Amino acid sequence: MARGILWALGVLVALFLVAPIVAILPLSFSAGSFLFYPLPGLSLRWYEDFFASPFWLPAFWNSMGIGTAAAALATLLGTPAAFGLWRMTGAFRAVAMGIVLAPMVVPVIVVAVALLLAFGPLGLVATHTGLVIAHAMLGVPFVVVTVLASLEAFDPVQLRAAAACGAGPVRAFFRVCLPQIAPGVAAGAVFAFATSLDEVVVALFIAGPAQRTLPRQMFSGLNDQISLTTTAAAAMLVVMSVLLLLAVAWLQARGRRRVQG
Amino acid sequence: MRRPFGAAVLTAPLLLFLLVTFVAPIGAFLWRGVTDDEVRPVLPRTVVALASWNGTGTPGEEAFAALVEDLRAARSGDRGAIPRAAARLNADRPGFRGLLPMTARRVEAPFEGSARAAVLAISEEWAAPETWGAIARAGGPMSSFHVLAALDLRQDATGAIGQAPEDTRIFRAVLLRSLWISLLVTAVCLALGWPLAWLIATARGLPATLLLAAVMLPFWISLVVRTAAWMVLLQREGIVNAALQASGIVDAPLPLLMNRFAVVLGMVHILLPFMVLPLVAAFRGLDPRLPRAAASLGAAPWRVFLRVTLPLSLPGVGAGCILVFIQALGFYVTPALLGGPNDQMLAWFVGFYATRSVNWGLAAALSIMLLVAVGLCVALYGRLAGFRRPGAA
Repeated sequence: MARGILWALGVLVALFLVAPIVAILPLSFSAGSFLFYPLPGLSLRWYEDFFASPFWLPAFWNSMGIGTAAAALATLLGTPAAFGLWRMTGAFRAVAMGIVLAPMVVPVIVVAVALLLAFGPLGLVATHTGLVIAHAMLGVPFVVVTVLASLEAFDPVQLRAAAACGAGPVRAFFRVCLPQIAPGVAAGAVFAFATSLDEVVVALFIAGPAQRTLPRQMFSGLNDQISLTTTAAAAMLVVMSVLLLLAVAWLQARGRRRVQG
Repeated sequence: MRRPFGAAVLTAPLLLFLLVTFVAPIGAFLWRGVTDDEVRPVLPRTVVALASWNGTGTPGEEAFAALVEDLRAARSGDRGAIPRAAARLNADRPGFRGLLPMTARRVEAPFEGSARAAVLAISEEWAAPETWGAIARAGGPMSSFHVLAALDLRQDATGAIGQAPEDTRIFRAVLLRSLWISLLVTAVCLALGWPLAWLIATARGLPATLLLAAVMLPFWISLVVRTAAWMVLLQREGIVNAALQASGIVDAPLPLLMNRFAVVLGMVHILLPFMVLPLVAAFRGLDPRLPRAAASLGAAPWRVFLRVTLPLSLPGVGAGCILVFIQALGFYVTPALLGGPNDQMLAWFVGFYATRSVNWGLAAALSIMLLVAVGLCVALYGRLAGFRRPGAA
């Protein structure tokens, strides 16, 4: 009996989490132009509209480009740093960890406003470079945490073995350690890309008209009239998120297999 | 064979990057909340002359002469300096935005007699102690003006701290509102998240996987998309209103958007996974033999729950609550899209003062309040959950 109530409650909450997203996706395939059911018919007109729109299409490419560049920068900086943090102990490690994880905790509005103030005199406001730097900074904690997690499963004795065989520390890292933690590094990069793809507040404050990303355009699209093209954009973001989630799940499973095998 | 030096070299590029893009910008921004540097460069002599003034009555000829000299020098220098100083003084005492440039224009030409008489002839405002008090308060370099303003307090010319005027007293209400909304969201998340987390932790097979997927999927989907979904659902002609009307529960569409209800609903939807995942971890960590042992010793189910299960899962519950609360405090997008003017939280005011009203000092002081609240919660989280496995949540 009690178990039955628990199931009913749990399933209701699970539905509450999923239903709003599921409910709006079919609207983007509507042949009509209203945001409710029943649909007058099915069509791809809102997707055609999306890909023909000077409002949405550049935003799509901006999101892809800025996300990729930010993920690359975050991975490039985060992976060696995670390796360094993994080998460190004591107070310096605690301080370094604190700094690395801080962007996860500080409210993003504070980051956005601080960057607006700091990037102004540097000429980085309303530039792609500025937004890539900001998004890389927001994504880097996820890279470090993910790579550190995959290093937990790496046996450091192998590095000593590599040194005994005459490999320097750099060579040992690239030839011995990196291949084993590669799925973790890739998962970290996906996390960083997803962070950039989701990010609105910093984009709202420091992006110019040429840097507007998909979520940024959705924000302004929602502020005035919600059109069905907005739901098409939402649907595309959902599909991308699902793909990224699957990619991370696949990479993490691969990482586990590799360690066990 | 630890090599701390090599490790430091590997970490250095990232730390340097974060120092430049994160630590320094935030430090420089927050610094503006406790300093004042817009007025002193424009009125250096006036600030010095006012240092010995006790704040009562109109200051002497010396201060007036210093003001005239400063304004003449400023008129011949950087054109933006006087408007900048005037905007800062206006934030303290409305009217300064016009008064300072006007006075500067009028004293530029040489005049006969005392500076005091000449300036007082331009505007009676210069006879009021509070006019000079505003300059003295803005003299810097350190200043409590913005932090006091963010708490609805102000200092008068004599230095006594009192309440801000009634019509400008908004920030304590905003702070309380932010704390209240965050608390409400946390409580609702806990109430909704508990049964779901318990099921995920105890169920087996496909149902458990499906329930976990229902938590993970929204976790990954963009916050704007989820907020957009609620806007579409809750519109006047939206799906929820249509369903309510079709089922005969209501006759006219309910106003479901632009209010507190929509903000809390949207925030709960976005933050619920952050509650469920730590709860699942906490419940999975429970030793299932302990409740069974309690039951076999004769405890009723509610007693087993209250005396065994609940205390054992409390650290996980605390961690989940703090995680949700911290994030709720800083919310910007969801209240901006789903809420009305009276549902905006601290983050919205930080953004407003930084961009639309260009009052960096106040934006920084509000950010300091936000960060202090978040910092206290993080410290509490550290005590409860420990920092050894960050990201485990």
